[in-house]
Amino acid sequence: MRLEVSVARRLGAFALEAAFASGGGVTALFGRSGSGKTSVLNAIAGLLRPERGRIALDGEPLFDAAAGVDVAAHRRRIGYVFQEGRLLPHLTVRQNLLYGRRFARGPGAVTLDKVTELLGLAALLERRPHDLSGGEKQRIAIGRALLADPLLLLMDEPLAALDAPRKSEILYYIERLRDEVGVPIVYVSHSLDEVVRLADTVVVMSEGRVLDSGPVDETMARMELRPYLGRFEGGAVIEARVAEQDLEMGLARLDFPGGALYAPDVDALVGERVRVRIRARDVSLATVRPEAISMLNVLPGTLTALGESAGASVDVQIDVAGTILLARITRKSVEALGLAPGRPVFALVKAVAIDRHSVGWA
Amino acid sequence: MLLSPAELEVLGLSLKVAFWGVLCSLPVALALAYLLARANFPGKILLDGVVHLPLVLPPVVIGYLLLVLLGRNGPLGAWLAEQLGIVFAFRWTGAALAASVMGLPLAVRAMRQSIEAVDRKLEAAASTLGAPPLAVFASVTLPLILPGVLNGMLLSFARSLGEFGATITFVSNIPGETQTLPLAIYSLTQVPGGDAQALRLCVLSVAISLSALVVSEVLLRRARRRAHGT
Repeated sequence: MRLEVSVARRLGAFALEAAFASGGGVTALFGRSGSGKTSVLNAIAGLLRPERGRIALDGEPLFDAAAGVDVAAHRRRIGYVFQEGRLLPHLTVRQNLLYGRRFARGPGAVTLDKVTELLGLAALLERRPHDLSGGEKQRIAIGRALLADPLLLLMDEPLAALDAPRKSEILYYIERLRDEVGVPIVYVSHSLDEVVRLADTVVVMSEGRVLDSGPVDETMARMELRPYLGRFEGGAVIEARVAEQDLEMGLARLDFPGGALYAPDVDALVGERVRVRIRARDVSLATVRPEAISMLNVLPGTLTALGESAGASVDVQIDVAGTILLARITRKSVEALGLAPGRPVFALVKAVAIDRHSVGWA
Repeated sequence: MLLSPAELEVLGLSLKVAFWGVLCSLPVALALAYLLARANFPGKILLDGVVHLPLVLPPVVIGYLLLVLLGRNGPLGAWLAEQLGIVFAFRWTGAALAASVMGLPLAVRAMRQSIEAVDRKLEAAASTLGAPPLAVFASVTLPLILPGVLNGMLLSFARSLGEFGATITFVSNIPGETQTLPLAIYSLTQVPGGDAQALRLCVLSVAISLSALVVSEVLLRRARRRAHGT
């Protein structure tokens, strides 16, 4: 699957002008509310007509202003999971799920049984949307989109309206979707946690424009050095493998190319791959290897870049044998330690700072 | 038997006229309601005004206009009679037409309101699931506006049962052909000694209007429940 998007459209005082490409897997459109993420999704789905640009799926144009192509929404075969579910109120759950089947061309990649099992919907089939919880509605919306046999699935902040336990429940289902069904997903979110947990590719948007895009770990590491993201919970993402689970201590050892990381309460089996987000403010730096301290994670590396300073603090990028980490430290410390790019340093991370929300399956 | 054969005939004719009047005006009312609710075009205000005319004009005016236009010698009436063999003048079909024209604004208003209340995001969701526009209308819009459509049809039906001025002007007052309940009551009040019979028809009139209202309220509630999935 290859998705190419390049769209421009004026919406009142807001100008959307975004371009990116994705090669499958989960692509996250990440940015604050009002950055134009949903408009991009609507353009891909055919619900919003751009003034200029081109949208193509596997080379097949869905929209091409120059060539006068604009495939109608119902012919695009693009599933859409809306923020607020949008289940049809006059139909039962089963009828909602099967709504797209009558228009689908082929038998479809997934069956009702498969979707019901995958999303845990068996008990809900004969009920009506009216008395379902937000999480249930969202699961049905996902199943309904899947059963229409889409070439691409769009998800617009599907967790935004849910409380925390529901969020992690739906996240789990979306992960299963990604791993078991293999349908490419474009996922809109303003939550870094979700992006890190789900996405392979990330497109960072601000004020209708794409600031940066690429693989999650690289892009996040690049972006963090800019003050734009400083207002978010800054941090780096590393991919690791569970090498050991010390059940007595409740600690897991996660191996990654730059060494080993200890983290508490990791909900994964030995051998499984996980993604860990380490917040910049949880990382300290030392110029010599500290001894007799409680911090379990002491990672040797090289300081590669100093970010722009925003007030008292500076975000610093450290290369730990190829893996990029970020540390948020004071300008005072930068001066006191004489930190500059090229300087060997030790990155210190408290194990307990890595909470379970920061770890997801890779 | 409670009703005399003559009374039964009047009742049957009234129901027939109202039924066909409502049924034939349904597609027109729905199309107009959809157009007024969703489309933007020059002259929309004018069309809205024309649709509402029967509500504000004296019914006699509507009846007279129909007579001029669709009477035997009217431009449209003559053409219809020659080409399609459809005659409205002095027939029960004319009474049905007069009734449906008079009921149209009420039907359009009710349906338009329900169409405007439909969440268009649901229609967009249906289209992303592969539903072409007509299927979206049939499977999403129509079920959601069903209470409004029923309500519009009921109002139009009730208006038809009570139609007097336009009917008597357009198709006259012919027993067995165009003499509906109100016309029969009017005739009886014009002859000496007809008071008792007129009163019987008045009671009948109240009875069917009331039962129509009750039945429609029940239907409406059921449709509303279905549309909201409760």
